[in-house]
Amino acid sequence: MLKLIINGRQVTAKNGMTVLQAAQEAGIYIPTLCADPDLEPHGGCRLCIVEVEGMRDMPTACTTTVSDGMVVNTETEAVNKARRTVIDLLISDHPMDCLTCVKNQRCELQEVAAYLGITERHLPMTITERPVDDSNPFFTLDHNYCILCQRCTRTCDEVTVVNAVEIINRGYDSKVSTFGDKPLMESICKSCGECVVRCPVAALVPKNNIIPTSEVETTCPYCGVGCMMHLGIRDDKIISVKGSRNSQANNGRLCVKGRYGIADFVHHPQRLTEPLIRKNNVLQEANWDEALDIVTEKLSGYSCDQIAVIASAKCTNEENYIVQKFARTVLGTNNIDHCARL
Amino acid sequence: MAGLATTFGSGAMTNSNNDITDAACILAIGSNTTETHPVIGFNVKKAVRHGTKLIVANPRRIGLVRFADIWLRQKPGSDVALLMAITKVILDDGLHDSAFIQQRCENFDTFKQSLDNIDLASAENITGVPRNQIIEAARMYARNSPASILYAMGITQHSHGTDNVMAIANLAMLTGNIGKPGSGVNPLRGQNNVQGACDMGSLPDVCSGYQKVTDPAIKEKFKAAWGIDLPSDTGLAITEMFDAILQGKIKALYLIGENPVLSDPDASHVREALSNLEFFVAQDIFMNETAELAHVVLPGTSFAEKDGTFTNTERRVQRVRKAIEPTGNSRADWLITCQIAQRMKAKGFDFEHPSQIMDEIAELTPSYGGISYKRLERGGLQWPCPTTEHPGTQILHTQQFARGKGRFMPLEYKPPAELPDDDYPLILTTGRSLFQYHTGTMSRKVAGLNLFKGEEEVEINPQDAERLALKDGDRVRVVSRRGHVTAGVKITDASSPGVVFMTFHFAESPTNILTNPVLDPVSRIPELKVCSVRIEKV
Amino acid sequence: MKTENNFNPPEQVLNATDRPRIVVGTATCGRASGAMKVLKTIGDELKRHDIDADVTEVGCIGLCFAEPLVDIIKPGKPRITYGELTPQKISSLIEDYLINDNPRPDLALGTIGEGSIEGIPRLFEIPVLRSQVRITLRHCGHIDPEKINDYISVGGYKGLEKVLTEMTPQQVIDEVRTSGLRGRGGAGFPTATKWQFCYNAPGNQKYIICNADEGDPGAFMDRSMIEGDPHAVIEGIAIAAYAIGASEGYIYIRAEYPLAVKRVLFAIKEAEAKGFLDENILGSDFSFHLHVKEGAGAFVCGEETALMASIEGKRGMPRPRPPFPAQSGLWGKPTNINNVKTLATVPIIIDRGGKWYSQFGTEKSRGTSIFALTGKITYMGLVEVPLGITLHDIIHDIGGGVPNGKKLKAVQTGGPSGGCLPANMANLPVDYEELARAGSIMGSGGMVVMDEDTCMVDVARFFISFTRSESCGKCVPCRLGTKQMLDILENICSGKGKPGDLELLEDLAQSIKVSSLCGLGQTAPNPVLTTLRYFREEYEEHLKYHHCRAVVCKELVTYSIIGEKCPGCGLCVRECPVGAITFIGKKKPVILDETKCTRCGACYSICRLGAVEIK
Repeated sequence: MLKLIINGRQVTAKNGMTVLQAAQEAGIYIPTLCADPDLEPHGGCRLCIVEVEGMRDMPTACTTTVSDGMVVNTETEAVNKARRTVIDLLISDHPMDCLTCVKNQRCELQEVAAYLGITERHLPMTITERPVDDSNPFFTLDHNYCILCQRCTRTCDEVTVVNAVEIINRGYDSKVSTFGDKPLMESICKSCGECVVRCPVAALVPKNNIIPTSEVETTCPYCGVGCMMHLGIRDDKIISVKGSRNSQANNGRLCVKGRYGIADFVHHPQRLTEPLIRKNNVLQEANWDEALDIVTEKLSGYSCDQIAVIASAKCTNEENYIVQKFARTVLGTNNIDHCARL
Repeated sequence: MAGLATTFGSGAMTNSNNDITDAACILAIGSNTTETHPVIGFNVKKAVRHGTKLIVANPRRIGLVRFADIWLRQKPGSDVALLMAITKVILDDGLHDSAFIQQRCENFDTFKQSLDNIDLASAENITGVPRNQIIEAARMYARNSPASILYAMGITQHSHGTDNVMAIANLAMLTGNIGKPGSGVNPLRGQNNVQGACDMGSLPDVCSGYQKVTDPAIKEKFKAAWGIDLPSDTGLAITEMFDAILQGKIKALYLIGENPVLSDPDASHVREALSNLEFFVAQDIFMNETAELAHVVLPGTSFAEKDGTFTNTERRVQRVRKAIEPTGNSRADWLITCQIAQRMKAKGFDFEHPSQIMDEIAELTPSYGGISYKRLERGGLQWPCPTTEHPGTQILHTQQFARGKGRFMPLEYKPPAELPDDDYPLILTTGRSLFQYHTGTMSRKVAGLNLFKGEEEVEINPQDAERLALKDGDRVRVVSRRGHVTAGVKITDASSPGVVFMTFHFAESPTNILTNPVLDPVSRIPELKVCSVRIEKV
Repeated sequence: MKTENNFNPPEQVLNATDRPRIVVGTATCGRASGAMKVLKTIGDELKRHDIDADVTEVGCIGLCFAEPLVDIIKPGKPRITYGELTPQKISSLIEDYLINDNPRPDLALGTIGEGSIEGIPRLFEIPVLRSQVRITLRHCGHIDPEKINDYISVGGYKGLEKVLTEMTPQQVIDEVRTSGLRGRGGAGFPTATKWQFCYNAPGNQKYIICNADEGDPGAFMDRSMIEGDPHAVIEGIAIAAYAIGASEGYIYIRAEYPLAVKRVLFAIKEAEAKGFLDENILGSDFSFHLHVKEGAGAFVCGEETALMASIEGKRGMPRPRPPFPAQSGLWGKPTNINNVKTLATVPIIIDRGGKWYSQFGTEKSRGTSIFALTGKITYMGLVEVPLGITLHDIIHDIGGGVPNGKKLKAVQTGGPSGGCLPANMANLPVDYEELARAGSIMGSGGMVVMDEDTCMVDVARFFISFTRSESCGKCVPCRLGTKQMLDILENICSGKGKPGDLELLEDLAQSIKVSSLCGLGQTAPNPVLTTLRYFREEYEEHLKYHHCRAVVCKELVTYSIIGEKCPGCGLCVRECPVGAITFIGKKKPVILDETKCTRCGACYSICRLGAVEIK
């Protein structure tokens, strides 16, 4: 443990921590738009610059590691002036349609601008109409909103190691794009949406943008990795999926199926909603009593070696437990299996 | 599972998802990790990015090959020969962990002797992997400790799958790569709750927690709990059930949430069997190819409409929580089974909430002994978790193996049951796409996913395509001894010459009509990864 | 300072043996002026006259204004350098001198070496070379860069041999410390200190990188160095590698320098064959492998962290320092990066000693530095001067002053990261500290001379448009700040400037300077800040009066016809691309329609009577 002083307050930090992490742990806010806990320090947005006694210039808190006895000031006039210039520059190159923007009130640029007390645009607008990549079925890449924090490109490099997106061109013409500047759907993008999660603005946004009224943490029903996720619910419908950082199975990450492949099947119109009974060789809707009566009656009519049960690797532990208990105690057979082998 | 149970005493993944990034070397064999376990795939690639060595052993040029230090492109079904050759090189080079072998393992001398017959020339011949690559891979695996082995159905779905698994176990024990972070033998389970379904005893030979139904003590224990004598003979495995139905032995079937008509080998045989049943009740959330054959179909609920737990590949028991009300008049599957049982006048099925079921599981299942919904509120628990104070187990076999000593198993290479010949000159191997899942019951209902992969494609090497005069997108008929399916062609060097690849996601091209139902004698897993086919242009 | 004046190449490369020797400068600058045609003509003529002579290709001696250059050495005669040759001139020269013994003083620039020829001055006494002290460039233009034996014959690789046989790495670093050598790439960090950091850094694997990604517009020092004397660079790298303990090295060079790439690759092969590179160099335990990595022409890749990212196969983007490359550089290993000129100076420092080198230059800026002298200057070229020399001496004594009777207005040093210094600061000594104090930087050696026809607002606009395009895009101040500054400057240049623009410009410039991530952004505002500091009145004229005194900013300029001077010849009418000038009859002045005029200047150029006026 190291001791340092941030804004006159003594703070402890672990060796190897950055000044930004140390400040965050101590509850001291330092604005940033490019830092992300899952990504390596970037130092691109320049908002987290601070003053450190004994260091020349103003280092970025996200790239500066703490040392014992370090004296850090995060709120000097020089620091805030430079930060305001950064925000001035960003908003001069960003649409001013906050009220109708999908990220309204969830936008980190808004948040930082508000923190710095920016209430008006100081610089001439530089933004021009830029193209929108609408090719992906699950999310949109809108270059108009992009602030080039590179969280997306870094995610695609450091978190998923897919490397589908990178910065192309140079200078003011720099933009997030794919190999050969092709639409996302023609690239090697795997649509996991990890970049979308980390976008601080409305440059990468899911196509479905309704805000849920509640969230429920559960476990993904697809493969065996066991990613935990928060299902966003509104009006008894799943409208969003978010990786759960609480689970060490996935640490917040999801793949394309988990993130975008849930609601469509759960709410699919072809879901079975009533029991069906075969009558005249056609499966016809019936009520539960009728269906369960037939099942009970029929299953009771066979000896234990004439019956088999196939359980499911898609069902819960409790369900599998109940089914095998049912097979062994009620039907009296060990003829129970499931698709473990497939 | 049977292979690891024999050698280690437990069939589960020894280490954890996150633990993979601690490995100095990863051997991924028979696992297309980035497609089938994408988030674990992230971990593997991230590890490589930070300097971990990666050896990929796969007949196909899978996504991980791009990140691999060495790619061993073995012929399908030649894994035992490959793994034994690697083992042999490590022993010959003296790179094995003698102390670990001596203290923790048994049967080493017999095993060592069995390697005398192995020579790299024949290994090269059988596997098609150049011997210098075998040597390089052996050294890389042995010298970079800790080393982790990942495998999946590419290892198990063979007529000698158990041998494959034991060959892997031998390799890990030989180098002391068991029981420490970043090491281990890690079978990646395919379905979200395969691990749980096995743990819970949805198996013909064991009750929950792998308690043998043939063990008198176990029978006694369950009799005390359930008040009923357990049937003492091992039951039928799923593939045997279909034979028994056709033989007229099995007349009634209760099937929950499965679609064997698409997922099981020799699908025509499965369909015929199911049509032969006197009574067939299917329980599912969608009508599918299997449920269509049922006499009664009961609407279950999706994971989002019920409470419960899943146990993932790393033995982590995690909560499933009810997020929305059941769709229409569907009911949670546990409730349906309980209601049937209660109507059949059975006791012990009067649960009001799955948490009560978990309490019973914990009571009767030593490895789940410490698990309760209350504890799971704070996050998942990895079994073994025998007591309410136990924090769960991230790594198995740290002090000793579950069976005491790790057992080296002498092995012999056996070729796949069906090899290419003049009539069926190509090998068909099967697998999954990232964008679909299993038989597509869920994923094909997602419009966006279908945009990425909406129909079956037979992946074929350019050489074979040229010989057969095929172009990308041509429709072809793939024919095996068991039937034929049609699909489009995708020409790619991801497939090696002589090998074609298909998924089994699409009912329109039901690949498992083609596959060979021959079983591994121990695990009773069918040989889905190798069968012989020919391709005809339509 | 007049110690050894210039480092005349040793006799063996100066003198012909028993037959004439013809030396042709075929560096990129020579080629651009037609050296290859001259070379071919020489071959043809020698054949035609059946003359037995040696023909050698060499690099650039720095007299760019006089390219193509050819030296002829006849047995028993001093070497004569001829300039501004054409195929015609060279064929008559061969006939006149080689056959008829007329040395053609009219074509000659000077003689080199012992002896003299009437009517031809000594080359190193002509003004452009007299004040130079050519240490680093001493072989350029004299030895054949594609013959390692030429380099060895002038003492090449003696320094490497010395360090491997007589010196410990620490002694090498100490020798360089004694020399006072500072980084010639721009920042002027003491070379020995940099090496010491890397030497002290723990780790078995270390790297040395030679930065040859010369991206400043108008700069060509590194290119000439590599084209003219690649082995000096290689030897310097090998010595540095030995000093810091590197076993692998890279030369990061622009792909736009094909000749330099070719020559350095060839030189590496030759050096490997001779045992100066690779395993067990010169029989010692020291092994060192040198690779060439071609850059794709991004200016920012001259920044060391971006350069390393580029070598690693990533997009060339800088990362914050610390950690410094000496701690965590290429692939996370301790790495030392030096500029071409720094490394090329190392062999002679080792050979003659640090103390010897330190006699040149000033207290804090030791030695010599190389400048690419361009712009409005009589003798354009590559010059090497002792540090501390004044701008005036470089411009007037060496460069021959501003041509065409125009007045010196400003000097821009340091490329896009540098600043513009006004004529009244011509007495400023050129060294790291003085230039920085004046708001500019030494940079890697670009020196652009500007006369009164240069608009300083336009100069600032030019450099900002360069940095706006070349910013890597990573950090906000540089990416968007240069865009904002450029917009303002373009407005001012086109008469659309607003009150407050200068204050905003200054404010932006200061903010970008303090908050940008790397050197590119931190120095990008320098051209704006220095022009605002020294030429503010020009900005104000543009703003307030829409007036561009240098008549450069098109939108602020009006063209008119001076009636009394115009005879109505109609030349300008035909020349005008937009039909803005109307012919109304002979002897009557033409009429210029200002609303149509695009201010292209075609009429002004064509009129021989001065009847077109620009205001």
